Amino acid sequence: MTEPTPVTSREPILRVRGLVKHFPLTQGILFKKQVGAVKAVDGVSFDLYPGETLGIVGESGCGKSTVAKLLMNLEQATAGEVFYKGQDITKLSGRALKAVRRNIQMVFQDPYTSLNPRMTVGDIIGEPFDIHPEVAPKGDRRKRVQELLDVVGLNPEYINRYPHQFSGGQRQRIGIARGLALNPEIIICDEPVSALDVSVQAQVINLMEKLQDEFSLSYIFIAHDLSIVRHISDRVGVMYLGKMAEIGSDAAIYEHPTHPYTQALLSAVPVPDPEAREHRERIILSGDVPSPANPPSGCRFRTRCWKAQDRCAQEEPLLAIPARFAQATTPVAHESACHFAEEKDVVGAA
Amino acid sequence: MPENTDAAILDGVPPTTQDGTALPQDTRDKARSLWTDAWYDLRRNPVFYISSLVILFLVFISIWPGAIAHTDPLQCDLINSQNGPSGGHWFGFDQQGCDVYSRTVHGARNSVEVGLLSTVGVALLGSVLGGLAGYFGGWLDAILSRVSDIFFGIPILLGGVVFLSAFKGGSVSIVSTFIILLGWPQLARIARGAVITAKEQDYVLAAKALGAGHGRLLLRHIAPNALAPVIVWSTIALGTFISLEATLSFLGVGLKPPAVSWGIDISSASEQIRNAPHMLLFPAGALSITVLAFILLGDAVRDALDPKLR
Repeated sequence: MTEPTPVTSREPILRVRGLVKHFPLTQGILFKKQVGAVKAVDGVSFDLYPGETLGIVGESGCGKSTVAKLLMNLEQATAGEVFYKGQDITKLSGRALKAVRRNIQMVFQDPYTSLNPRMTVGDIIGEPFDIHPEVAPKGDRRKRVQELLDVVGLNPEYINRYPHQFSGGQRQRIGIARGLALNPEIIICDEPVSALDVSVQAQVINLMEKLQDEFSLSYIFIAHDLSIVRHISDRVGVMYLGKMAEIGSDAAIYEHPTHPYTQALLSAVPVPDPEAREHRERIILSGDVPSPANPPSGCRFRTRCWKAQDRCAQEEPLLAIPARFAQATTPVAHESACHFAEEKDVVGAA
Repeated sequence: MPENTDAAILDGVPPTTQDGTALPQDTRDKARSLWTDAWYDLRRNPVFYISSLVILFLVFISIWPGAIAHTDPLQCDLINSQNGPSGGHWFGFDQQGCDVYSRTVHGARNSVEVGLLSTVGVALLGSVLGGLAGYFGGWLDAILSRVSDIFFGIPILLGGVVFLSAFKGGSVSIVSTFIILLGWPQLARIARGAVITAKEQDYVLAAKALGAGHGRLLLRHIAPNALAPVIVWSTIALGTFISLEATLSFLGVGLKPPAVSWGIDISSASEQIRNAPHMLLFPAGALSITVLAFILLGDAVRDALDPKLR
């Protein structure tokens, strides 16, 4: 286990640069002809620092889960790099990739499909040790599995049970234990609580925070629930149609959003206080998300944006700190991909 | 049950099973899987018992036909030709004066042999080829799917007449080879579909994310979860293969006399159906009961393996 690294050490553990994933659209059965591509992820860059949680939010189909799969090398990236400790993992294969997998693990969205129904809990959590036998000697494995069950708050005696004998929250704990087995440094959580009841969500989130402190983990936390992301994240990235719209500390995103899409998202967060609810402005976006197979030119959000002008159609805004905020000392100085970035007072998530 | 409650309270749900009943059956719960559940269901299904008994009886008489038929099926006397059932010879005699009871009992062996051999062959060939096509996809899938399309295009009876008439003395192994050759594409499709469904599950991705290789993914994660439809289809196919053997023998291209087979007997009896219906009735009845037994067994297994019916 590594020593806990303070968040302040600003050497990123994972650097993602210009990540692209296009799924080809083909015609024909025997002689395939490419007629287009679904641009699921189209140039995403961000850093992950040791010990921090980076939240990634966005609506369905914006490419969040594809980013997770690319980071895990479960999909082959069309272009771009993912540097883990200076090594581009998108180009790795075989033994080198297997070694990196020890340090980057994943927790899946649906606890009902992410556990093999024909394997016992002991086999599921012990499988990482079968694949990486150097992590735990053979005689030690059963004990390690029981320790892991204990760590995630499950009874170690459940080792011989099958997944269908557990509730959703318990299953997700099993999934977390499997992710922890190899002592990874990074855990990518692809909507780990969205399939759970609200009461169970909080327990799983708290468990994940506890484990982060205990094992000094870095999380990439993908979700569509803005409140949960705010609760767990140190930094947040907002994705729209395969691109990062805005990224910054959670104070920057939630209290000083400058990208119109983020502002619209935040204005949709339920506010428990009826007083505050009356005073806030709801931004209702018109239209639907355009097809990622044929995204709009320039800024991808322009078709639904109330600020859109000719420039937005011609020139793609870059993800950078807007010039007008460059000198600001408040969190408003954060990267935002908008030509007309400005602060707007929306009542943020509770 | 203190150990149960603490984890359950953590999740805010009372310790119940999925159908909402309380959890006192912890002892039976110890190591349940889909297979133990399926076995539990089967043992409560009368259809399973009836079809299994019929099949066990068939297997028994195909191994030891002499145990219940004391006369030689090939010892015939034309003087008895077409004699109807009587006290000494319950099923009567056929055209050649052979004992129909003895021929029906002895005919079981060939039918069961053809059925088992073809089913095992089809299941192995079909599930391996279909499984690999489904798992690896790409050009392998394209080639295997097109090859199976070609085999699908051959009408099985026409193919049988053409293929088997090239082999003069039809034997169990030749007939089985033919059935395997034309039967595997159907199972390959089923296996391919099941593997494609299984390989897209999150637990396969999770194993891949851990660094599992193709062998582990296929054998530990995909095969156990794709096996159910293959088993069910094979059980049902066994019955249809037996009737296919009879059909081919009836057409004169399957097994040939002096081999004893239900198909041969049905074929020769059909000419005399008006004069001596008993000659047709008994071998045809045996065939129908056998096919029915396998189809019912397959049906019971399918119900037991379907978690949605539980």
